[in-house]
Amino acid sequence: MTHAHRSAGERRTDAGQGRRVESIRNSQSEILDCEEIDYDELLEPIRFHFALDRRSFVQILGSGVLITAIGSPVFAQRRGGRRRGGFFGGPPAPLSARIHLADDGMITVFSGKVDAGQGARGEVAQAAAEELRVPLSQIRVLLGDTNDCPNDGLTAGSSTTPRTIPAVRQAAAAVRQLLVDSVAKKWDVEPRAIDARGGKLSHDATKREVTYVEAAKDEQLAQLFEKPAPADVQVTSVRQWKTLGTEHKPPAAREKVLGRHQYPTDLKRPGMLYGSVLRSPKYRAKLVSVDLTPARAMEGVIAVQDGQFVGVAAPSSFAAKQAIEAVAKTAKWGDISLPSTDQLYDYLRKNVEGGIPTNPFAAETAKGAKSLRATYTIAYVQHAPLEPRTALAEWTDGKLNVWAGTQNPFGMRRELMEAFRLPETAVHVIVPDFGSGYGGKHTGESAVEAARLARAAKKPVMLRWTREEEFTWAYFRPAAVIDLEASLDSRDKLATWYHVNINAGGSSVESPYDVPHKRSEALRSRAPLREGSYRALAATGNTFARESFMDELAVAAGADPLEFRLAHLSDNRLKDVLVEAARRFNWTERVKQKHRDRGIGLACSTDKGSYVACCAEVAVDRTANEIHVLDVCETFDCGPVLCPDNLRNQIEGAVTMGLGPALREEIRIEDGAIANASFGRYRVPHFADVPTIAVHAINRTGVPAAGAGETPIIAIAPAIGNAVFRATGIRLRSMPMKLSSAQA
Amino acid sequence: MAARRGENSPAASQFNAAYSRKLWTLAGDRDTLQANSGSRDMQQTIDLSVNGQSRSVTTDPNRPLLDVLREDLNLTGAKFGCGERHCGACTVLVDGRPVYSCSTRVSSVKNRKVETIEGLSEDDKLHPVQDAFLAEGALQCGYCTPGMIMTAVALLRTTPHPTSGEIRSAMNRNICRCGTYVRILKAVEEAANGGKP
Repeated sequence: MTHAHRSAGERRTDAGQGRRVESIRNSQSEILDCEEIDYDELLEPIRFHFALDRRSFVQILGSGVLITAIGSPVFAQRRGGRRRGGFFGGPPAPLSARIHLADDGMITVFSGKVDAGQGARGEVAQAAAEELRVPLSQIRVLLGDTNDCPNDGLTAGSSTTPRTIPAVRQAAAAVRQLLVDSVAKKWDVEPRAIDARGGKLSHDATKREVTYVEAAKDEQLAQLFEKPAPADVQVTSVRQWKTLGTEHKPPAAREKVLGRHQYPTDLKRPGMLYGSVLRSPKYRAKLVSVDLTPARAMEGVIAVQDGQFVGVAAPSSFAAKQAIEAVAKTAKWGDISLPSTDQLYDYLRKNVEGGIPTNPFAAETAKGAKSLRATYTIAYVQHAPLEPRTALAEWTDGKLNVWAGTQNPFGMRRELMEAFRLPETAVHVIVPDFGSGYGGKHTGESAVEAARLARAAKKPVMLRWTREEEFTWAYFRPAAVIDLEASLDSRDKLATWYHVNINAGGSSVESPYDVPHKRSEALRSRAPLREGSYRALAATGNTFARESFMDELAVAAGADPLEFRLAHLSDNRLKDVLVEAARRFNWTERVKQKHRDRGIGLACSTDKGSYVACCAEVAVDRTANEIHVLDVCETFDCGPVLCPDNLRNQIEGAVTMGLGPALREEIRIEDGAIANASFGRYRVPHFADVPTIAVHAINRTGVPAAGAGETPIIAIAPAIGNAVFRATGIRLRSMPMKLSSAQA
Repeated sequence: MAARRGENSPAASQFNAAYSRKLWTLAGDRDTLQANSGSRDMQQTIDLSVNGQSRSVTTDPNRPLLDVLREDLNLTGAKFGCGERHCGACTVLVDGRPVYSCSTRVSSVKNRKVETIEGLSEDDKLHPVQDAFLAEGALQCGYCTPGMIMTAVALLRTTPHPTSGEIRSAMNRNICRCGTYVRILKAVEEAANGGKP
């Protein structure tokens, strides 16, 4: 199998980002290479410098019997996460930490993953139902609770499908197999003669039957359940899947359409106050002085200053807003220096750590029949999840409970432990399914702020960031400058390729095309804004630059963009998605048609073990300088399809979301501040912008399943850019792509 | 839509929510939850009609309707998304019209008919628009969904058979960041066609 991220070049650039490559063994005894990205080094959590100053699980599940009923009280003890919770979480969880069998037949599956709309809950439920051979209605899933769930790491990096789902399948299969073996021994029959399904184990010949939970009440089993799934456990092969790979409604959908699902912002605790935090008008200015008196004069308002942190808590969010506005009028701030948007790309280029290396193939490039050089730029963008960062914090007897929307519950717990100097046992993070993240909710600042306010108020405090705070104080997808240089030989084949990404990172920076001399680098620069993850992170910018440049080279070669790519592709999976997307889009016919101010374009790429190709048609409005995307056809391959409709939904959603940074989204810095921190000035995709979208997932069963939350977003921008070129002859080399700037 | 054929998993779906609720119930008496208010000298008593029920709140009349619904009346279906009339997550109907409740003073809806997503379904029977959203799988995180549904309901009451252009234009006041627009458009069309896709 081929993984783009396994190439030597990628590993080299990753090393600079503090990632390491490790091997894990999956259920089919295949070796999967996975990058482990250390949470600390990937992101910039805010360090708070404050001055010093669980409910019983069994009660909640009812009268169920833990599968470790005879063993130790597992749910009271610490499990997993003994090493620092990195990107992929703790060591393999014991079976008892993963699965609970209740007397009423219900089976509970535990995972430290969270669900923010990408479908982890449904995926986990289907995986467990499949391996335990029970109907989906018998499964419930508890996610994102740091006390009760194994640490499965961040819900990020497309890692749920390739990492957590195998872990759940292995645990569920192991539990079933252990039950079968145990009962077979007791009944003195062959394990093969035992049928385990629907929550019952039965032996036809002797007409004996026992439920899973009754069979689990066994001392020897209790000990085995305290271990992780054995390495040789057999999971159900893709061909025999009955629940995985089939259509099911997303688990929480009904509650959501009823308006009953409780998001973090919907929670309430007795006596709860609403928080608000003082922010500097300029980006990251230091607080010089502030007077809290005006807030403290307001009824029921608590105001706190602790170093640079200033916040209030009030009986309503309206009162909290009034209080913080009164405090803000008294605040004095230090000066800051920040490059503005029009200086940004020069600034990034000038501040590259260790300088910019020269093209190692300069001599070969000069010898080429044709050579091209271009620079692409990628703007800062924000995730802008519709539910802003929210946390509800409550202190009880020196222990801290936090309900929050985060993709990283165990990382949030660690940030809280560090901020308040608490042991792990004193911090409990609970994550209800929340209002999306897209890689934006990996850090825990809102939780730390809420907890600080709650400590001062001696009451529970909810802190919900404002939209302006989301746009300004959440971390940004890194801006980038991307330099490309390539040459063609006399037969118009690629001879050299050199790709340098300044500041954004190394995902998908390696060219998947066959080139005798190719090299790609990801260089760090001194970023003016706080940066962090974003759906597919640098893969979007790198793919935009590479796929646009491939079209520039195809033009130089006088070749059709599809044919030019295929002539340089030996990766069959990438070739297949490209050919399939072009076929479904009817590329070869449509490319012959000439319509004034209309054009088509295509692009393909690979990241994190999945493959994508996208075709798009655009219409250009020359008077308004607007680009309208009319029609998109995207094909995606992430291996075997686990949840078909959820997958289609992810692909459609990624294409739609991707229209934003492709055409309009751009964080602007002016006068030392974020100049467009609102949906009115930062234009995300609306209904009016949506083209017809046809998506197709190739169900490839012979390879491990890869994630699908990210890669479907990376090919839409270059497909649009290439279509604009065919419509106008104008090559747009900046995301977002704007016609006016190119023509100026 | 193929998703409709699949078995539902109510247990899995409601579990986290139920789990959170039980945690609270065990942790403290919910009856002690207090209605919130602004400063006392600014307070007025305002009579509202919410989902056909008369409700009276004593509060600062300048507070947004959204805050009063969510913080005082425990109707959390309408969401806070931006607080500045851009995203529509807070959409409720006032006298049948969709409004941004985040930017609507509570005093301005005195004696007017307010409808929220909670008033749409009867017992557990879904409104046809809710049914269509569920059937089309027209959501991901679902945070925009109540606002989307309320906007669609308002449209279909005044225009029972809208063109696809009319749907797009009426819905354009609401934002979905997960990008489920194509499915939402289909769901609204399906609801307008009496449940047929």
